[in-house]
Amino acid sequence: MEHVDFSLVDWSRAQFALTAMYHWLFVPLTLGLSIIIALMESLYVKTGNPEWKRITKFWMTLFGINFAIGVATGIILEFEFGTNWSNYSWFVGDIFGAPLAIEGIMAFFLESTFIAVMFFGWNKVSKKFHLLSTWLVAIGANLSALWILVANAWMQFPTGMKFNLDTARNEMVNFWDVIGSPVALNKFSHTVLSGYLLAAIFVIGISAWFLLKNREQLFAKKSIIVASIFGLVSSLLVIFTGDGSARNMAKYQPMKFAAMENLYIGQQNAPLAAIGFLQKNKTETDPKKQDFLFKIEIPNMLSYMAFLDPNAYVPGIHDLVKGNEEHNILSYKERSERGEVVINSLADYKNAKKAGNDSLIQLSLSKFRKNYPHFGYGFYANRDVNELIPNVPVTFYSFRIMVGLGFHFILLFIVILILTLKNKVEKKRIVLYTALWTIPLAYIASELGWVVAEVGRQPWVIQDVLPTIAAVSQIKSSSVQLTFWIFFIIFTGLLIAEIKIMTTQIKKGPAN
Amino acid sequence: MFETLSYITLQQYWWIIISLLGAILVFLMFVQGGQTLIYTLGKSEDERTLLVNLLGRKWEFTFTTLVTFGGAFFASFPLFYSTSFGGAYWVWLLILIAFVVQAVSYEYRKKPNNLFGKKTFEILLFINGLLGTVLIGTAVATFFTGSEFLIDKMNITKLTGGKMPIISEWTGPANGLEAALNFQNISLGIAVFFLSRVLALLYFMNRIKNTEIMERVKKQLIYNAIPFVVFFLIFTIWLILSPGFAVNPISKVVFIEPYKYLHNLLSMPIVSILFLFGILMVLVGIIRPITCFTKCGTKGIWLTGIGTILTVFSLLLIAGFNNTAYYPSTFDLQSSLTIENSSSSQYTLTVMSYVSLLVPFVIAYIWYAWRSIDNKKIDIEEINNETHIY
Repeated sequence: MEHVDFSLVDWSRAQFALTAMYHWLFVPLTLGLSIIIALMESLYVKTGNPEWKRITKFWMTLFGINFAIGVATGIILEFEFGTNWSNYSWFVGDIFGAPLAIEGIMAFFLESTFIAVMFFGWNKVSKKFHLLSTWLVAIGANLSALWILVANAWMQFPTGMKFNLDTARNEMVNFWDVIGSPVALNKFSHTVLSGYLLAAIFVIGISAWFLLKNREQLFAKKSIIVASIFGLVSSLLVIFTGDGSARNMAKYQPMKFAAMENLYIGQQNAPLAAIGFLQKNKTETDPKKQDFLFKIEIPNMLSYMAFLDPNAYVPGIHDLVKGNEEHNILSYKERSERGEVVINSLADYKNAKKAGNDSLIQLSLSKFRKNYPHFGYGFYANRDVNELIPNVPVTFYSFRIMVGLGFHFILLFIVILILTLKNKVEKKRIVLYTALWTIPLAYIASELGWVVAEVGRQPWVIQDVLPTIAAVSQIKSSSVQLTFWIFFIIFTGLLIAEIKIMTTQIKKGPAN
Repeated sequence: MFETLSYITLQQYWWIIISLLGAILVFLMFVQGGQTLIYTLGKSEDERTLLVNLLGRKWEFTFTTLVTFGGAFFASFPLFYSTSFGGAYWVWLLILIAFVVQAVSYEYRKKPNNLFGKKTFEILLFINGLLGTVLIGTAVATFFTGSEFLIDKMNITKLTGGKMPIISEWTGPANGLEAALNFQNISLGIAVFFLSRVLALLYFMNRIKNTEIMERVKKQLIYNAIPFVVFFLIFTIWLILSPGFAVNPISKVVFIEPYKYLHNLLSMPIVSILFLFGILMVLVGIIRPITCFTKCGTKGIWLTGIGTILTVFSLLLIAGFNNTAYYPSTFDLQSSLTIENSSSSQYTLTVMSYVSLLVPFVIAYIWYAWRSIDNKKIDIEEINNETHIY
């Protein structure tokens, strides 16, 4: 009899992916625009120029429209860990719950308290207190990103915890390891900065539209200057932190890295396929050297990107699945057998405890500890280990499109900043149109970043510890299917409403 | 400083925090109650806008408290999060959906070209007010009446056979919706609904300068206070008389004890005092404005609000303290959750306890920010002069 209800697992995944991707449509703009607004209001307070107040208020209105729907999609995510991933909630809740609670106490209240002052306090509080409130909203939004990304990073690189056999779960042993892990710091900066970049493009694109319509020239140019400087600085930091992400991935999630690079056979001096088209129907059991229909390679680059050493060995999908003795890589089959030993020794331990058999307790405990790093693989002991390979084309293409668009954004920031400073931008209609049409591209790049991060780590909910098949809630898959469609309809309806409201407000322009 | 506390003390400390958060949440649900009164109290467009905007400046606090309540419950009692959310799936999902639609409704209601029209967003606010309060009240009542679920942590070691390696399983027929068919549960749900409306009315009295609306508020206060008191009494009397889910402190075996919740009240005199004092404050806060409306109406929200916090706080302490299973399973008594068997590790509770020290600071800045923008009563004219209105 089939042990796993795949329909349930897949619908649960689909529902989480749906909510996460909808949520991520709105969050990056909140993260970045909150700072851009705060910068603009700072200029207003510093210069006393009412034009800056007008500019600030316009972008603030758009911020409010976007913020509301971000909140709406966010609440589901938090509770879905319980509703759809109940095993997960128990198995690692001791570690994972803390950042969520801290996010609420530290960040959400800050955001929600001062957002009221920001919107309703213009004539009621002093200029300085209002500015402080605007900054506190920005800080609150970014702090909330910090905690949820710490939590996400921990799933990608679990650390600071130990399995407790008596409670049958992982327990936190070092909080600082959890929040200070290299993956957490990098993930936070890369993700938040990408949000800044998106917000900068949003502001530039809309300002470009005003210039194209010959409206609000001063407003548009001032907005472009603030946003393009902010965007340029952010995008350079995005490259820097993206580089860090790749290295972390190579080190802690080699399968995700290999999938992202379509690397089947590991090698030293591995080249990077800057551009490539994949062959269809590849599986790890059929690893030919020729994995691409077409590619443009940069020699040694992949080795360098992964380990800062052009000679370094980068393992491929085949090496990870089949094992590679020379490079000390255990095969997935071996790991799943060891994982089975761990899981069985947990059962033995519990039975020995019940029976009061001390020697068996010690024996199962030592077996358990020795093999624990393979725990999650145990769930694949009687399964096809190829299930442990993520979707290669999706991660490969997503990564390349994201990076490619990233370079386009940087170029746009530079060009538009120079043109605006030279006071020529309104004449360059091509640049203005490009800026406008770059808005959707920024959203695509941003979503693809999450696709790389999340599709690439499948099937692990927690890397090497808990796969999706052992993390879900035991509910009818038809229930999850139904809620999936309910959310789909609600979110899509709200998104359309949001876009309509947003475009109407933009067309109205800043108030006089 | 928290390192020196024993495990059980930390577990109790966290149950106190969760209870307090839950209590504050019920108080703040005056926003939900108010959302169900927009058309009852507001007869013209301007009046309705005034009401919506007064609620709109507070909705995020209720929302944020709900989210924080969830996060804190997850961090401190993960087995509850895992069992209840994953099991009573439909109840929690309906509550969530009710809050999803609320989050956009204020901001989008009056915005031009909002696709669905103003009325739709007002209906969504009503749905949030109705479902949010009734279902949360119903869900909390299951802390006393129990649910049908089974927990076996050893399921995680099941690698073969027909079962998935999942530790908790809901055996109730409708994934939580069955709770709404239980009269005790639903009576608390209805009590919470009417309480939230009463609190909203008292909030409006405190904030609005408009004689026509105030006349309607006064009438509504009586209409809503009566069903609240009736349903709350039904629930409370039933609670005091009913058997409860006790835990043997030595063997940790869960068993049914007659008059358990009455025993809890009697053996925890401070909780009893809080409970009775809370109920008294709730009632005085309601009755005073009815009897001397113009003079003493504005303070009612504080009396009834703090009374609500005290009452709900002590109810949740009765559910979890004094060797009681706070989330009982009627399907398998030994699967019931207690604050001891469902909590996080001592280390995590210690870390989280340090984080809890931020709470007074958070309350202080919320207070300060509220005062700075809400320093006097509001009328229609003032709302219409605002640059940002809902």
